[in-house]
Amino acid sequence: MSSSAFPARAGRAIGLLVLIVAAIAALAPLVWTLTTSLRTPAEAFTNPPAWIPLNPDWANYSAVFEQIPLFSFFVNSVIVTGLIVIGQTITCMMSGYAFAMIRFPGRGKIFMLFLATMMVPLQATMIPVFVLIKWMGLANSLGALIVPALGGAFGTFLMRQYFLQMPRELGEAARIDGASPLQVFWKVYAPLALPPAAALATLNFSGFWSEFYRPLIFLSDQSTYTLPLGLVGLQGNLGTGSISVVLAGVVVALIPSVLLFAFAQRYFIEGITTGSFR
Amino acid sequence: MRGEALFGYLMILPALVIVMLFTAGPIVASIGLSFYQWDVISPPSFAGLSNYEQLLSDQTVLHSFWVTLGLAVSIVVLEILVGLGLALLVQQRRSNVARGTFRTIFYLPLLASASSVAIVMGYMFDQKFGVINYYLGLLGIPNIPWLTSDFGATATIVIIAVWQQVGFAFVLFIAALSSVPKDVLEAAQIDGAGPLRTFFAVKLPMISPTVLFISVVGMIGAMQLFDQPYVMTKGGPGYTTTTTVLLIYQTAFQNLQFGYGSAISVMLLVVLIGLTALQFLGARKLVFYQ
Repeated sequence: MSSSAFPARAGRAIGLLVLIVAAIAALAPLVWTLTTSLRTPAEAFTNPPAWIPLNPDWANYSAVFEQIPLFSFFVNSVIVTGLIVIGQTITCMMSGYAFAMIRFPGRGKIFMLFLATMMVPLQATMIPVFVLIKWMGLANSLGALIVPALGGAFGTFLMRQYFLQMPRELGEAARIDGASPLQVFWKVYAPLALPPAAALATLNFSGFWSEFYRPLIFLSDQSTYTLPLGLVGLQGNLGTGSISVVLAGVVVALIPSVLLFAFAQRYFIEGITTGSFR
Repeated sequence: MRGEALFGYLMILPALVIVMLFTAGPIVASIGLSFYQWDVISPPSFAGLSNYEQLLSDQTVLHSFWVTLGLAVSIVVLEILVGLGLALLVQQRRSNVARGTFRTIFYLPLLASASSVAIVMGYMFDQKFGVINYYLGLLGIPNIPWLTSDFGATATIVIIAVWQQVGFAFVLFIAALSSVPKDVLEAAQIDGAGPLRTFFAVKLPMISPTVLFISVVGMIGAMQLFDQPYVMTKGGPGYTTTTTVLLIYQTAFQNLQFGYGSAISVMLLVVLIGLTALQFLGARKLVFYQ
């Protein structure tokens, strides 16, 4: 044992060193963004960067709200992401429950259809969806982003897997006590399915809060822009002169994600891992 | 019993309508549209296979597939190697606080949007003023034209995609490694297997389904790479970073060639199905299911 103790200890020390270097690499761009957003625009491009902001210049944050309608981008992003998260959680709980617990003709076939669409990449459908959105009169409105995302095959699958593990006796007992099928779902089973619902909600929040491609295609009027689209526009308009202002916008967009992650880290991680055991 | 069936249909109705209208229907429509020429303004005209004939001799399209494949394979392979390496190292840590801290740190880049990361990294990788070249300069490495040379632009896109997404692979590997049964590891130790032998003979086979999953999901995502080249390089220099989805965007939504754009989309779908099938076929021999 003692002969192998030294190399083992040295190995662990080197491992820690590698981890620290990797952690610095992971954090450095985030820290650089934050500290540079607090420098005056004139200083922003001077190297070495100020890793610790000794004289923070908060003016960039007011500038970014004045120069572009950042507040309106923010509100649009909250509306889009919020409605999708709420809507999809509810519709997927309903469909997942039905596929797991209720018998109806064609159930297996319809579920196979859901599974098949789960594999379809968004890109392969964008052109017809764009045409459809135009026909529906949703183009250039937040509805163009919200409506197509109010249901989902993956969410249905995730919820179904969870409902399948639940005992049927709970519902049968409630039915004998006179509960309607809807009450059995809503009062008995839905409250038990909150963990996967939370995981689905955080997954959807991450995905739709960051979404760039669909807003780029569907939205042409600046008053409808969401944060990612607005920030890329800001970067294009201002050029390299005021990068600290652009970075202030990036930080503002990042705050809700970080806050949510701080409070619900468990569900973020669960969202990723439960998705993988399919 | 009939009431129960009706209730079932009503419960799946909202999700079913969305899936039919915005995924299942459009995939059929995409295939249909690929046989037409359509500029959205005048009515579509049937074009038979001409879009596909054009596509197979269109160097820009074929080049975009090679560009995308090269980027995607580099990104996914690096994501798996770095993610697994970090997961193994974090697992060695004995204190829960250290493990939790590293897990949080490696997850953080996933919280930013890909387009925000592209904006930030565009500044950091700037040839003249960027902080990356500044520090490389201190090490004696001359200015690298990150975004304006063929190799530089490709490397930058790979680096920032891996930087942002490695936390995804890392989290999955942590979960997979911690589900390897303790008694199996102890048995390997008693049989005299060193750390390297234990990894290749025990841990790697046990976590191989996770490797397959990350590889499949990662390829499907990376083959649709768009945000980073759109924001940082606009596909340049030349066509070096013009990914297939960037080309579809330009073809359909900027040049209004909806039929031709659909044909490229259908080809992307076929390539994706082929790549996924290939990975599952390879996995038959390599992946170990308990």
